[in-house]
Amino acid sequence: MKDRKNILWKLFISTLYLSAFTFGGGYVIVTLMKKKFVDVYHWIEEDEMLDLVAIAQSSPGAIAVNGAIVVGYKLAGIPGAIVAILGTILPPFIILSMVSMFYNAFRSNWFISQMLEGMQAGVGAVIASVTVDMGIPIVKEKDVMSLIIMTAAFAASCIFGVNVIYIVLVCGAIGAIRTFLYKRSVTK
Amino acid sequence: MIYVQLFWSFIQIGLFSFGGGYAAMPLIQGQVVTAHGWLSMAEFTDLITISQMTPGPIAVNSATFVGLKIAGVSGAIVATLGCILPSCIIVTILAKLYLKYRKLDMLQGILHSLRPAVVAMIASSGVLILISAFWGNKQATLLETKWVMVGIFMFALLLLRKTKINPISVMIMAGFLKVITSLI
Repeated sequence: MKDRKNILWKLFISTLYLSAFTFGGGYVIVTLMKKKFVDVYHWIEEDEMLDLVAIAQSSPGAIAVNGAIVVGYKLAGIPGAIVAILGTILPPFIILSMVSMFYNAFRSNWFISQMLEGMQAGVGAVIASVTVDMGIPIVKEKDVMSLIIMTAAFAASCIFGVNVIYIVLVCGAIGAIRTFLYKRSVTK
Repeated sequence: MIYVQLFWSFIQIGLFSFGGGYAAMPLIQGQVVTAHGWLSMAEFTDLITISQMTPGPIAVNSATFVGLKIAGVSGAIVATLGCILPSCIIVTILAKLYLKYRKLDMLQGILHSLRPAVVAMIASSGVLILISAFWGNKQATLLETKWVMVGIFMFALLLLRKTKINPISVMIMAGFLKVITSLI
């Protein structure tokens, strides 16, 4: 019993710490989780962790939250998952609450507003760069269907203003059909 | 009523964002800016900027920021719960199925087709952010273009592509460049 409490507490503190100090998004935090739980605590086997990470990355939602759920669930069932989720979302919740107050109070300040305006161009550049990084492997793959999906999805969302949810549903369905057909052709 | 709307909007964001990182951005924009008008495009861009500079997933950051703005602390809690609820259910089910069958190939097949769409939607969101940065609320014409912003964008993109300076520093530089050019 004491052991279980100890695990939950350590789980909470580790996820809290990782969440508060990890910049750079879900992929980075999942790697750090692996280091902590596989290499430092030896709570999870390396192979199993890779599979858990694959589940976290394949599921919808934030990868950091998904990672916390799989690890917490694996270690201590539902209570483990809840503790790990709390550890993961508390830091951004508190930080953004503070930023939010600051934002409302200072948005009208000349310096801050100029700064934020310049940063709009900066974040636009970051997104452009990320898009290039993500797009290159898809173009290099030379899969005609992927290229069609990419072009059509861009036109649908940028030019025709189609709700992104429909785009996700349609492309997901295309993927499901393709996988099904591929599997059938392999088994034949 | 507003709580139900917040909760439902963020459930959709949590449910349909595949691929992590920026994948949630087009969905957040669709719900928060387009569908409900809770944030203007400029406020949304500020939110993405802030998310870049603070730890935590964009979806959770947005839920806190938007929830607080629309309905105070309880709004922030409701929105955050909404955005993690689909994860809780789906990840747990997948983990159970996986432990039983040890196979994820259908899911990975679906993801393979979603990836190009996700890239396209991120690009589309990026275009809207740039339109907001270059023209504000004005008509997107040559005459109304804020050329300083275009210059800062090109400079930032060049730094990101050609050097190893991290994105947070590049964004802060972009902010200071705007301050300096406004002072001159």
